[in-house]
Amino acid sequence: MIKFSEIKKSLFISIWFVFLTFPIMVIRVNPIEKVIEWRWHNIMLVGIGSFIISYIWRYLLKRKELGDQKAKSGEEAKISMIREALSNPRVFKMAMFGVGILAVIFPFVFSIYQTNIMITALIYVMLGLGLNIVVGLAGLLDLGYVAFYAVGAYSYALLNFHYGIGFWTALPIGGALAACFGIILGFPVLRLRGDYLAIVTLGFGEIIRIILENWNEFSFGPSGIANIPRPGFFGIELSLNNSITYIYFLMIGLTLLTIFVVKRLQDSRIGRAWIALREDEIACQAMGIDKTKTKLTAFALGATWAGMAGVIFAAKTTFINPASFTVWESIIILCIVVLGGMGSVVGVITGAFILMLLPEYLRAFSEYRMLIFGAILVTMMVFRPGGMISTVRRTYQFKDETAERKR
Amino acid sequence: MKSILEVKNMTMDFGGLRALDHLDLDVAEGEIVALIGPNGAGKTTFFNCITGIYAPTQGDVLLMPPGKKQTRINGFKPNHVTERGLARTFQNIRLFANMTVLENVMIGRHCRSSSGILGAVFRNRKTVSEEQKVVKDSYTILEKIGLTAYVNEFAKNLPYGAQRRLEIARAMATDPFLLLLDEPAAGMNVRETEELDELIVKIRDEEQISILLIEHDMKLVMSLSDRIFVMDYGKKIAQGAPVEIQNNPVVIKAYLGEDIDA
Repeated sequence: MIKFSEIKKSLFISIWFVFLTFPIMVIRVNPIEKVIEWRWHNIMLVGIGSFIISYIWRYLLKRKELGDQKAKSGEEAKISMIREALSNPRVFKMAMFGVGILAVIFPFVFSIYQTNIMITALIYVMLGLGLNIVVGLAGLLDLGYVAFYAVGAYSYALLNFHYGIGFWTALPIGGALAACFGIILGFPVLRLRGDYLAIVTLGFGEIIRIILENWNEFSFGPSGIANIPRPGFFGIELSLNNSITYIYFLMIGLTLLTIFVVKRLQDSRIGRAWIALREDEIACQAMGIDKTKTKLTAFALGATWAGMAGVIFAAKTTFINPASFTVWESIIILCIVVLGGMGSVVGVITGAFILMLLPEYLRAFSEYRMLIFGAILVTMMVFRPGGMISTVRRTYQFKDETAERKR
Repeated sequence: MKSILEVKNMTMDFGGLRALDHLDLDVAEGEIVALIGPNGAGKTTFFNCITGIYAPTQGDVLLMPPGKKQTRINGFKPNHVTERGLARTFQNIRLFANMTVLENVMIGRHCRSSSGILGAVFRNRKTVSEEQKVVKDSYTILEKIGLTAYVNEFAKNLPYGAQRRLEIARAMATDPFLLLLDEPAAGMNVRETEELDELIVKIRDEEQISILLIEHDMKLVMSLSDRIFVMDYGKKIAQGAPVEIQNNPVVIKAYLGEDIDA
């Protein structure tokens, strides 16, 4: 349906955009020849482009509002095709089987380069799932999550450097150390919520990075630590190719472990307490939940996964330095959680794959990476604030007296 | 009758403002006690002081659970107060909006169950049976309150009256011996209020839970309560049976202002 008023609105928007972008899109000063280029044809492009985009934008927004109204008036919310298909156990099993096969044959079909990208994506899946505990479930906005990742990576690198500790010993140690740091961070921020918490955690992340950068005697400063051994395979030396395949399968295993544990935690008494804490802190305490304990377990359990991911990261790249652990990483991980769907395991996994794999395969557009990234985030937050895949709360069914669970 | 909650000489200062001024109150076993007073009299502050959300500046809150020994709960954290058997609802509904009705009640069972992280991950027999019991107990409570139709509904999607009842169900799940209701009938229509009246009496009679409530609906207060405490400007101005309160000139003055005869 095309309405005149809509076209008028879009027209105004496009004129406004032409005006706004006039200095950058049309005028170009050439300081060498001391002339000004007037690129009038750009006006056309900007005008038409913004006209179309604004029109589509408002059309989608209207459709979304209509959908919200329908949902409110009690009509069945539209369930997406994918979800409906997945709720069928046979289709779900088939899909899982397919994904499983793909995961197993991946390193043998694709090149080492692709496998490496996949490992990175899987590491981010793990990080995303860990942060999901803190942000998605417990509702504590943590912008310094990368600090725990750094703790894990450096604990393996340093323990190996000084004491020759191997990967398999370092993996639990890295996780445990990160959990300790989680608790250390948790204590001072117990009273904080929302923005204040975000600021403090942001500071915490930076503190860790700056310490690593400047304390040369401890962490070798910006030059980092090199020659970190790859994970051992029962003492057998592996070639580079085999070693990467090995790390790949290791990562698959660890990701499955993470999914398993996070899922179980989410459905447990503790998971419920986290969600209650997110929903209403005062009511949660008044219902007998220990706020301190619940928050600290969330921080510690979230950090554990980051610590383990850090150990693997160090083992995979064999070289680490503080530049890998900037705020930007924290933001990416947070984006994975928010974009994928807060609190939803499947959502976070999807988010991690999209945010990690898209930039790799869209290298041709690498100049516009940030632009696309920002555009995706804005669009997502406007149209699907709950993330791509939102959580499904567990439902229970009751048949005369006996309580039976159904997924 | 044996009293189960005794508040002695409680004072609460916020900076220079004295919200509660040497207040005394007691609730006996099996009683329904109402706390009334004009807006801003300090009733909710009083609840917050008892339940540990604020620590009172002065005074004692003594809890005497039937069959257990007395504890002074001043300055206890809210969750510790709840563990000792004092549960409350909130004036402005504070449900866990994005959790289902059943889960809301299950949260109430939190402090009466104990499985931890390892239990959650390995799902050993103890955890599984505890979890099943939590589900069953919660469902039983929903049956008592009459909310079974909404079991798997999000709390935020419930009609207003049902939300208020869910708050009561959630509080009951913590196994209290004394229930503190903060304006349970606020915003309810006449029929819902009548149902609430029946529900509160039922909770008292069948669950042996004593009740202390704040309420503005005088009809409800007068029909329900065994005793009434009246507050104004942080002070207790009257106490007694409903009939006494209705005819107490001090109370009438507090509610209607100086000119009674005008």
